[in-house]
Amino acid sequence: MIQLLSGNEAVARGAWEAGVTVASAYPGTPSTEILETLARFPKVYAEWAPNEKVAVDVAIGAAYAGRRSLAAMKHVGLNVAADAFMYVAETGVEAGIVIVSADDPGMHSSQNEQDNRTLAKFARVPCLEPSDSQEAKDLTIAAFGLSERFDTPVLLRLTTRICHSTTAVELGEWVEPALPEAAQKFPRNPAKYVMVPGNARKRHPVIEQRILDIAEFAETFPYNRIESGDKSLGIITAGIAYQYAREVFPQASFLHLGMTWPLPEKMIRKFAASVDRVIVIEELDAFIEEAVKLMGIPVEGKSIFPIIGELDPGVVRESAIHAGLLPESARPPLVKVDAGTLPARPPVLCPGCPHRSTFYILNKLKVPVNGDIGCYTLGLVPPLNAIHSCGCMGASIGVAHGAMKAGSPERHVAVIGDSTFFHTGIPALINVVYNQSPVVTVIMDNRITGMTGHQENPATGRTLQGKEAVEIEFEPLVRAIGVKHVKTVEAFQVEEIEKTLKEFISLDEPSVLITREPCALLPEGRKRWVSLEVISDKCNGCSLCFRIGCPAILKSDELDERYQRPKALIDSGLCTGCEICAQVCPRDAITFRS
Amino acid sequence: MNENINFLLAGVGGQGTILASDVLVNVGLAAGYQAKQAEVHGMSQRGGSVTSHVRWGKVVYSPIAAAGEVDVLLAFEKAEALRNIPQLRPGGLVVINIEAIKPLTVTSGGQPYPDDEHLKTTFAQATSHTVYVNGAAIATELGNSRVANVVLLGALAAQVDQSGMAGTGLTYDTWLEVIRGRVPQKYIELNQKAFQAGWEIVKK
Repeated sequence: MIQLLSGNEAVARGAWEAGVTVASAYPGTPSTEILETLARFPKVYAEWAPNEKVAVDVAIGAAYAGRRSLAAMKHVGLNVAADAFMYVAETGVEAGIVIVSADDPGMHSSQNEQDNRTLAKFARVPCLEPSDSQEAKDLTIAAFGLSERFDTPVLLRLTTRICHSTTAVELGEWVEPALPEAAQKFPRNPAKYVMVPGNARKRHPVIEQRILDIAEFAETFPYNRIESGDKSLGIITAGIAYQYAREVFPQASFLHLGMTWPLPEKMIRKFAASVDRVIVIEELDAFIEEAVKLMGIPVEGKSIFPIIGELDPGVVRESAIHAGLLPESARPPLVKVDAGTLPARPPVLCPGCPHRSTFYILNKLKVPVNGDIGCYTLGLVPPLNAIHSCGCMGASIGVAHGAMKAGSPERHVAVIGDSTFFHTGIPALINVVYNQSPVVTVIMDNRITGMTGHQENPATGRTLQGKEAVEIEFEPLVRAIGVKHVKTVEAFQVEEIEKTLKEFISLDEPSVLITREPCALLPEGRKRWVSLEVISDKCNGCSLCFRIGCPAILKSDELDERYQRPKALIDSGLCTGCEICAQVCPRDAITFRS
Repeated sequence: MNENINFLLAGVGGQGTILASDVLVNVGLAAGYQAKQAEVHGMSQRGGSVTSHVRWGKVVYSPIAAAGEVDVLLAFEKAEALRNIPQLRPGGLVVINIEAIKPLTVTSGGQPYPDDEHLKTTFAQATSHTVYVNGAAIATELGNSRVANVVLLGALAAQVDQSGMAGTGLTYDTWLEVIRGRVPQKYIELNQKAFQAGWEIVKK
């Protein structure tokens, strides 16, 4: 049966068909739908872990215990999980383990565009790269086999365009995996699984030999294939770049690599010898190109195609024309129009977002704010302008602490969401308490992992597979860490937030403000939406309500008679009735929910 | 009849572009094409610009089309229509939903929002096949503003049909069949009416 599946759905399907038993992940665009899809299949245990390192440890535990397992994450998640990734590369496993890294060339929703193929090489682990959904499914299944055959974890590297493109997939059946002995009894094999130096020293030569063996296997790996065409140009390519290259160079010869580490050297030599000129088309780093150069084969790649950003057929063609690989006439005619200056449309906090009130106050207080990763990073956008640093998950609290220890004369506020606090915020808050800095931490608790599209977390009260769970409360947690000044405020109470923040900023000890209100987009929240209205007679166009940056508040065509300023107008289709604007209005010109 | 047909859907997060592109890619498959679709999730969903590519063809490699190769542009919002006009093949088919969703940069940032005359003259320079649809008004008249995207699909389907680019393998019923399979039972009739209303704007 043929079905249209996204790359992420296809990976989940492949894992299921391969008999995966345990899957763990932390949500992260563009990887999130892998676990969401897998969670709905029978005979699979799937969970959201608090962070990627825990997810990989969980998958390792399952694979040591003789069951096929998978961990999925976005590219930067593998940084968090690198410690676990490195030791499982050393120990190997009893049953297949696949680590999925979804890289984000073009940074559609990420802080960087690191190319994680390098991490596979770094760890002496094979890396598989699909170029459509069919291959995403097939390579996932192949990865489990490879993992067991060579006693190694396998990195399955996806990119945003693979994850979120939908292409046809031939569905297969669920296959019951043959269980190894470890499935009955956890292995008592310290020489392999206890990595004290004495044991680890013996494992290192094993894994160096292993990657050589896999390189030999790569020569006959069916997803590495030569597609012969015109001999004047030979293109080595992998992943989504293969599709762009086929589109732009319909006549050329191709070496399509399904395994981008280790590389099949003999196959590459044979291919290079069969064509007049060899180029590599790959997204991001010159990963394949550099390896081919080390083989002593003349090859071009990044001298033609960009190392920065996402490729697409237009970029590949334009680069090829520029390098003289294609004639000018290869460029399609474009429309000759001037669209004019268009207003930018950056992502913003949604109408009714419970984070808005805190950013409005932080902006008003003019304090330095160290931010974190989540919807609330959008507190950066004008007119709120209330985030001054944001680097990675969990960074806010540590950065604020460091700035204060450096003698920053201002009082720093660290802003972090509920899910991110669980992810990597807790150790940083422990550091603030232990090493004593008066950082004000705001935990923005909206009971869900928001930016990635509402995934459950330890504060939600429900697991990925819909089981009821303990709702971890922040107040007792941070008190147990040793924070003495802790307060929970409903997120829409603007005055109370201002009062608490002012108080905490004046303290010489660590403090934590928890602003609590479920995300307005949750189904339960949507039922409570009521639009507010501007009482036109009372509004004098003072524009204070515009400063909260709510997309539902518009400038009316009606001008205030006295000041000739546009009055405010509320878009009833967008307003949720959170009342932040009504609280901010000095003239009571905005109705409350009544 | 074209060997390949490239669609680009452009709008604002939350407007239903993803559902519409899901219908489109499945219609392509039902009409006997190879079909691929590509969209980007993530931050853009928080009120940012969103685009979704759908490609039909005998053989389709890339899921996204290059600038200048979009045969059919479906814009859910006026400024997004203009933003994506460089993607359009000269003379391509266009359906524009005459809705303005003003971003914060306009409502509180003071940037100008393009006026209708500019929109119309610009598109008239690029192609003579632009259809303007008041999706929300038609959908509301039918009883539910949320079927505006199906009204737009109806207009797009009629545009494609009229152009002959998809050949005779694709009929009015192919579209309806796919839509029926994607909406809850109780909304089937409403969606059929919405599709037909959009179709008739072009075919009247």
